[in-house]
Amino acid sequence: MTSATSAESVLHFDRVSLGYGDFTVLRDVSMTVSAGQVVAVMGGSGSGKTTMLRAATGQMQAQSGTVHAFGQNLADASRQTLESVRKRMGVLFQQGALFTDLNVFENVAFPLREHTSLSEAEITDRVLDKLQAVGLRAAAHLRVAEISGGMGRRVALARAVVLEPELILYDEPFAGLDPISMGITARLIRDLSDRLGCASVLITHDVQESFAIADQVYLVGQGKLVACGTPQSLAASQDPYVRQFLDAAPDGPVAFHYPDTPAFEHWLARQQGGRR
Amino acid sequence: MSNPIALVSRLGAGFIAMLGGIGMFTRFFVQLLSRSGIALRRPRLVSQQVHFIGNYSLLIITVSGLFVGFVLGLQGYYTLRRYGSEQALGLLVALSLVRELGPVVTALLFAGRAGTSLTAEIGLMKAGEQLAAMEVMAVDPLRRVLVPRLWAGIIAMPILAAVFSMVGIMGGWVVGVQMIGVDAGAFWSQMQGGVDVWNDVANGVIKSVVFGVTVTLVALYEGWQARPTPEGVSRATTRTVVVSSLAVLGLDFLLTALMFGN
Repeated sequence: MTSATSAESVLHFDRVSLGYGDFTVLRDVSMTVSAGQVVAVMGGSGSGKTTMLRAATGQMQAQSGTVHAFGQNLADASRQTLESVRKRMGVLFQQGALFTDLNVFENVAFPLREHTSLSEAEITDRVLDKLQAVGLRAAAHLRVAEISGGMGRRVALARAVVLEPELILYDEPFAGLDPISMGITARLIRDLSDRLGCASVLITHDVQESFAIADQVYLVGQGKLVACGTPQSLAASQDPYVRQFLDAAPDGPVAFHYPDTPAFEHWLARQQGGRR
Repeated sequence: MSNPIALVSRLGAGFIAMLGGIGMFTRFFVQLLSRSGIALRRPRLVSQQVHFIGNYSLLIITVSGLFVGFVLGLQGYYTLRRYGSEQALGLLVALSLVRELGPVVTALLFAGRAGTSLTAEIGLMKAGEQLAAMEVMAVDPLRRVLVPRLWAGIIAMPILAAVFSMVGIMGGWVVGVQMIGVDAGAFWSQMQGGVDVWNDVANGVIKSVVFGVTVTLVALYEGWQARPTPEGVSRATTRTVVVSSLAVLGLDFLLTALMFGN
């Protein structure tokens, strides 16, 4: 069944719990992303941000709660439905995930060749246009192995947006970029949302760049949604977790050290026993 | 007391795991077959792969075929001379190659040359999230990446086996006729008279098609199932060679018994 909220929104998480096997990474997360909106999902490393992205693309199922994309519940979607939902999405992977057997141009052209029947001239125009937007028009002929990691991520960005999707998911779009590319990429994300009216979800831990462009910020940590609101309201928040994250303070509710687990204690006992 | 029970349970677990593996492999094959329409709709995807895995195997196939032909010519001559029937050298060389050595040795070389590269390619695409990226682009990687490679393997193998047999016969001719001095007319006419198009050549082609399916499918399956780490891909590549070589040899015995038994 499609709820009223999810019909209006592009992406809707309703009390979603996510995890792998018996292990739950995030509990009870609710989030709504509407068309034209830029939403930043922030949190420390290992807080489950990328897991949320995998749930939004239907790569993994929620342990409980529902994920709706374009009004479609992803849990009971058939393969065809899932494919039609995914055609309306663009995803920027954390590592770029460029096809290493194709050159830069063919990487960006790939979604067009697979999903449209455009002529070669139209494909060339659109691909070069998108490469121009990320500043890599003149790198179109290069092989993926010949470009740097940061350039690769910009090519991946061009590929994610080439079909002009209605929802774009960015996994760490600012990681590994130099300050100039970072600013340009942030502006590009905002610009795409404004121009195409698409919804954007940024998975990031870069406070400065994402606060500058986001309409809504969701902060996850400690296995749950800690805070959400506009960048201004979060910046004014007195919540200790929010403050520690935004001020990058070493002390606060978030421990720097990974917590001890029974599995670690067990391993340690064997490790130390073996040495004696 | 518990040892025999543990042994039985281990055997049982191994058997169940083996059955599960066969089931997964069969399911994988059916999945690829059911998506094979793309090979007809976009033949370019297949021809690119035929070029990649077929053309690049050509050198090793040709050179091996030539030397196998040399050896067949030499050994065949020594054996046939004992019975005074060295005139039948052409027939012996041709039948050995067309029926057995052509399909089998080509399949073994193909597993080492093209099978390993297919496994490594698919495994590394998986490790680099390329297959996942394709999936979220609503492009089915089984259909787009694996199906063209499967059909390219099935098409390339009989052609490579034919090249192998042809070059091998030339090798046998060079050694037998040119170097040892077997009568050229007898060499070719015995071959022409004794090799049957259906019984020998067609059966050889059927064998190489079966081996093409086997080797390519094993290579793709191992790559698809590989753990996405350097160690996982390296293990998968090794398994491709071991599993597909054993499968080819086992199937060859089975097919020979079916085709040439009474």
